[in-house]
Amino acid sequence: MDHDSYPDAHIQDILAGVKTIAFVGASANWNRPVFFVMKYMQTKGYRVVPVNPALVGQQVLGEPGYASLRDLPFAVDMVDIFRNAEAAGPVADEAADLGIRVIWMQLGVRNDAAAARAEARGATVIMNRCPKIEYARLFGEIGRQGINSNVITTKRRPVKPARKLI
Amino acid sequence: MTEQRFGFETRAIHAGAAPDPATGARATPIYQTTSFVFEDVDEAASLFNLQKVGFIYSRLTNPTVSVLEERLANLEGGAGATCTSSGHAAQMMAFFPLMRPGDEFIASRKLYGGSLNQFANSFPRAFGWNCRFVGGDDADEFRRAVTDKTRAIFIESLANPGGVVSDIEAIARVAEEAGVPLVVDNTMATPYLCRPIEHGATLVVHSTTKFLGGHGNSVGGVVVDSGKFDWSKSGKFPALSEPEPGYHGLRFHETFGHLAFTIHGHAIGLRDLGPSQAPMNAFLTLTGIETLALRMQRHCENGRRVAEFLSGHKAVAWVNYAGLPASPYHGLARKYLGGQGGAVFTFGLKAGYEAGVKLVESVQLFSHLANIGDTRSLIIHPASTTHRQLTPEGLVAAGAGPDVIRLSVGLETADDIIADLDRALNAL
Repeated sequence: MDHDSYPDAHIQDILAGVKTIAFVGASANWNRPVFFVMKYMQTKGYRVVPVNPALVGQQVLGEPGYASLRDLPFAVDMVDIFRNAEAAGPVADEAADLGIRVIWMQLGVRNDAAAARAEARGATVIMNRCPKIEYARLFGEIGRQGINSNVITTKRRPVKPARKLI
Repeated sequence: MTEQRFGFETRAIHAGAAPDPATGARATPIYQTTSFVFEDVDEAASLFNLQKVGFIYSRLTNPTVSVLEERLANLEGGAGATCTSSGHAAQMMAFFPLMRPGDEFIASRKLYGGSLNQFANSFPRAFGWNCRFVGGDDADEFRRAVTDKTRAIFIESLANPGGVVSDIEAIARVAEEAGVPLVVDNTMATPYLCRPIEHGATLVVHSTTKFLGGHGNSVGGVVVDSGKFDWSKSGKFPALSEPEPGYHGLRFHETFGHLAFTIHGHAIGLRDLGPSQAPMNAFLTLTGIETLALRMQRHCENGRRVAEFLSGHKAVAWVNYAGLPASPYHGLARKYLGGQGGAVFTFGLKAGYEAGVKLVESVQLFSHLANIGDTRSLIIHPASTTHRQLTPEGLVAAGAGPDVIRLSVGLETADDIIADLDRALNAL
């Protein structure tokens, strides 16, 4: 897999195919980037799972915190790693051990050796990207802030049905 | 349809403009509204926290203006764009996240006269942003002007009032060495002729009033960010790298990565300075951009024919048009503008100042006014109008001496444009 640039269709397939996302390095502080991403993905219908030893016994966005991926009592489809590149390696290994299908390292995080190990064990790896930005870009929202989505379409974007007046 | 690399003309028509999601309208609707209803209190909170993308108030974002922003970001090859009420507002918005009182930027002296005034007088007086002017032709002059207070370098790709082409790559290297962004005003060239980001620019600004809108009907501007500058590396740009008190300590670069400059532009710049673009102007400018490639081709063709005609006329002392092989800037025009010279340039009359005034008053097809980049051919005497606030030395340095006439060649029949000039020149 070329990790310098990903085809839009590849990212789109991943985001359309996962339902539950664990966030390693989660924070209960609403002003941290990881909180932004979790809150946004939750509003888009994903179940977001906070993972951080500091969050055990607390809730983030209504979801209980877990110390590690190994402690999760249910399966997740994807992990988004909000740790530095070095710390991301063991997290990616652990995710591959647990059979988590998509291992995503957040914007600014890249560990090619860990990615190669995880891919050798069948995981799909995305690095140095943000799922919030990619979702907004590929699912037709990001132009609303003047961002270049690089998407051209002549199809109508879906809108939610209005509530009936009568 | 997302993997194919579309051509310039396709993107000029389609980028940013999907059919309207609410109605299916194919042309971009004019969302002439100040504000947008929240779904509920929680959604409102998410929008205000920047955790959700959406519309709050048209000073910050507006659906019509957003289409223009994405269109321009796409054509320039940038990560995002912030539209503004004018080109001058775009310059203020470009420097706003970069500069604190006492900081400096370096600018070429060969700029639009209004920019020279903004940089030399209003920026330092109002904001404490100090501009060091340099000649513009020699990258080493920029290099020598760098100090520990330098926060940006500013040039025009094809400089107004014309004929001068900047060596963008050489000056971008100076900016890179200094660890500061290169800001390029690409108004006169448009992304059809030149895409400064491909040559190392970090930010591109435009007066969209000119060739982009193209019909002389809408004032507007834009700042396009390449998304390639590391705002956190040097600590020189705390507005983007440090906690923002106006957003509860949020760090824009850490949170938004390569989109930080554009999101800051809307969330802080437009919010607090307020120079947003009107939706109606954005609509007219979008319509103009759909035909940018066709118009620029003809503008350049007509410009070259008029420049060739003037070069051969006995009343004309010199013609400063980078599209002519004799121009000292033709080499740079070949490198950065596909060999074209655009449609705005200057020439001098042998008989000097008086003849210039008489020419401006005796042409009939040309309109005597202070704009460029219209379908109509325009003429002006910069020394007495656009550049009149400059000193005599400043006028010459800016290429706007007392004998200089500036043309913006329009899209009328080239023979008619030439006949009008010929008749007026012969009557001098």
